[in-house]
Amino acid sequence: MVDLGIKFCGVKFANPTVLASGILGVTASSLKNVILNGAGGVTTKSIWLEEHKGHRNPTMFGTENYFINAVGLSDAGIEKAISETFPEYNDEKPAPIIASIVAGKIDDFGLLAEKISECDPDIIEVNISCPNVESEFGKPFACVVTDAAAVTKVVRARTKKPVIIKLSPNVSNIGEIAKACMAAGADGFCAVNTFGPGLAIDINTRMPILTNKVGGISGPGIKPLAVKCVYDVFKATGAPIVGTGGVLTGEDVVEMMMVGARLVGMGTMVYYRGVEGFKKVVVEVEEWCEKNGVKNLEEIIGTVKI
Amino acid sequence: MEGKKFDTKPVTIRIKKIIKESDTVNTYVFEYPLGAKPGQFVMMWIPGVDEKPISVAYDDGKEFWLTVCNVGPATAALFEMKEGDFVGIRGPFGTYYKIDDGDHLALVAGGYGAAPMYFVALEALKKNCKVEFLIGARSKDFVLYTKKILGLHGVNLHISTNDGSMGFTGLVTNLLEDVILDVEKKDEKIDKVFTCGPEMMMKFVGDIAWKNGIDCYVSVEKYMKCGVGVCGQCAVDSTGVLACRQGSVMKYNYVRKLSEFGKYHRDAQGKKIYFGDKK
Ligand SMILES: Cc1cc2nc3c(=O)[nH]c(=O)nc-3n(C[C@H](O)[C@H](O)[C@H](O)COP(=O)(O)OP(=O)(O)OC[C@H]3O[C@@H](n4cnc5c(N)ncnc54)[C@H](O)[C@@H]3O)c2cc1C
Ligand SMILES: Cc1cc2nc3c(=O)[nH]c(=O)nc-3n(C[C@H](O)[C@H](O)[C@H](O)COP(=O)(O)O)c2cc1C
Ligand code: FES
Repeated sequence: MVDLGIKFCGVKFANPTVLASGILGVTASSLKNVILNGAGGVTTKSIWLEEHKGHRNPTMFGTENYFINAVGLSDAGIEKAISETFPEYNDEKPAPIIASIVAGKIDDFGLLAEKISECDPDIIEVNISCPNVESEFGKPFACVVTDAAAVTKVVRARTKKPVIIKLSPNVSNIGEIAKACMAAGADGFCAVNTFGPGLAIDINTRMPILTNKVGGISGPGIKPLAVKCVYDVFKATGAPIVGTGGVLTGEDVVEMMMVGARLVGMGTMVYYRGVEGFKKVVVEVEEWCEKNGVKNLEEIIGTVKI
Repeated sequence: MEGKKFDTKPVTIRIKKIIKESDTVNTYVFEYPLGAKPGQFVMMWIPGVDEKPISVAYDDGKEFWLTVCNVGPATAALFEMKEGDFVGIRGPFGTYYKIDDGDHLALVAGGYGAAPMYFVALEALKKNCKVEFLIGARSKDFVLYTKKILGLHGVNLHISTNDGSMGFTGLVTNLLEDVILDVEKKDEKIDKVFTCGPEMMMKFVGDIAWKNGIDCYVSVEKYMKCGVGVCGQCAVDSTGVLACRQGSVMKYNYVRKLSEFGKYHRDAQGKKIYFGDKK
């Protein structure tokens, strides 16, 4: 018997797989369905203080190798989280839930953190790294050391819940940013958000396919880049990390954990394997452990020989 | 991985022909081997404007049709387009109406639902089915596809309008009850009911089929962004089932237990909109 359980910031997860923010995270029933399909935990779609319109469609498409999206962080606002999403999820609470929050101004993160804490999530994930709302909000906070630290500090001051920062891979030194967030009171990280942004053109019309023109890249093509980011953040901080980016299989999960991830986020995986993919990935992790004499998953975290 | 092809980038193709069905409805004809089954939908990109889910109204492997109602900004922009213009297509996506050989089917359509149901009827005839085709509308101006349906040998067309301007006066649900009885009088029975139209209509149709012990399949049409089971926008309460993946065509036995069906849908931000409420 392999013990797939993982403790992350004091929260017990039955297995290391976590639904990444922005995928299948619009409603409580959808989040619960993801747990039913095998995930160890879920992350909500990023929640704003007020209702926020996203970009017009096309907001995403996939290929064999990558997925591109510019949903633009559409959300009904914190009121829906308070009145609907969290009460409905917590009513049965099949597994830990991570609340992702997002704001355009540093100060708004504080109020959001306070309000979302009342919803009793297990962990708060601070999304400062979305690459596809730049036209609206400018460079993501996660791309500037002082901004990343400032947001972390504001959130830390307003909640007792564990706080993890969702980092951007689109920086020259992700370790430095992670260190600054730790100094400002972060408990851990989710690394990473989507890459780019990228641009995809329809050559018949000579137009960008996404209405937002550019979009963040996720899926299998980004995996080695994401693995390197997780390695860098772990080396710089040793903090608990939700390793995210291009993970599709049990072996990908193991790889992420070896470079330092305690939990492993999956989003685009559901495009390639369906929501039932969570169950399959967990079985694959278990099989790998059995074959390799690993009794407890904690044994492999950060064990890369480099 | 599961041996599927994962390319869902829109394919841009030219509008070959535009057929005016009514003042507010057009059919767009494309020469392209889409390979859709009846009940499936595509995401239709109006370049620079938006991309919306539309059901396939016909597909013979070489050509397919989309029949669209002009109801808002995206569809209005489509109505400005001309033959020869490019639109983008992703798909086909979703489940479809499964047709068994020799079945006696009742197809119940409301609004643009007549178009995908026409596609069902064509396939049903290939499988030696008997088809009762029911269309319900407010008035005769909203009854679509009648000429095409009357041209099908082996299909009985039944029409109801609320104002009596065409066919039976009243609701299509009453008409369905009559049709079920008429068929029974001939010592036959309706094997399945397939329905596509406004959600409240489908709910009442489903309930009638349920009461009569007839298998019924409905098209669960929720706000869709990705069409491929990623964004979660189309998740239906209270099971979280995805209308774009496990639907849109689902068995009414299951759908009737969904707490959301026939009560509310959600907008692009995920906010509930109750049927009957103003937009
Ligand atoms: C599976 C499916 C199949 C459909 N098939 C057809 C069809 O064959 N012919 C046809 O005319 N229409 C069809 N529709 C409805 C069509 O998608 C909407 O009428 C269209 O999106 C309206 O966009 P708009 O900008 O013109 O109007 P808006 O004013 O933006 O919307 C009008 C109404 O359309 C619905 N709608 C808008 N956007 C979406 C969306 N992204 N997904 C789902 N519903 C939306 C909402 O209920 C909204 O209140 C289908 C919808 C679904 C989900
Ligand atoms: C459609 C889509 C929507 C996303 N929305 C969000 C979001 O709201 N908040 C966020 O922090 N990340 C969002 N992301 C990023 C993912 O959470 C994840 O970090 C990224 O996709 C890389 O992981 P993956 O390759 O497993 O998808 C989104 C990604 C996709 C594909
Ligand atoms: S439309 Fe995105 S999951 Fe169904």
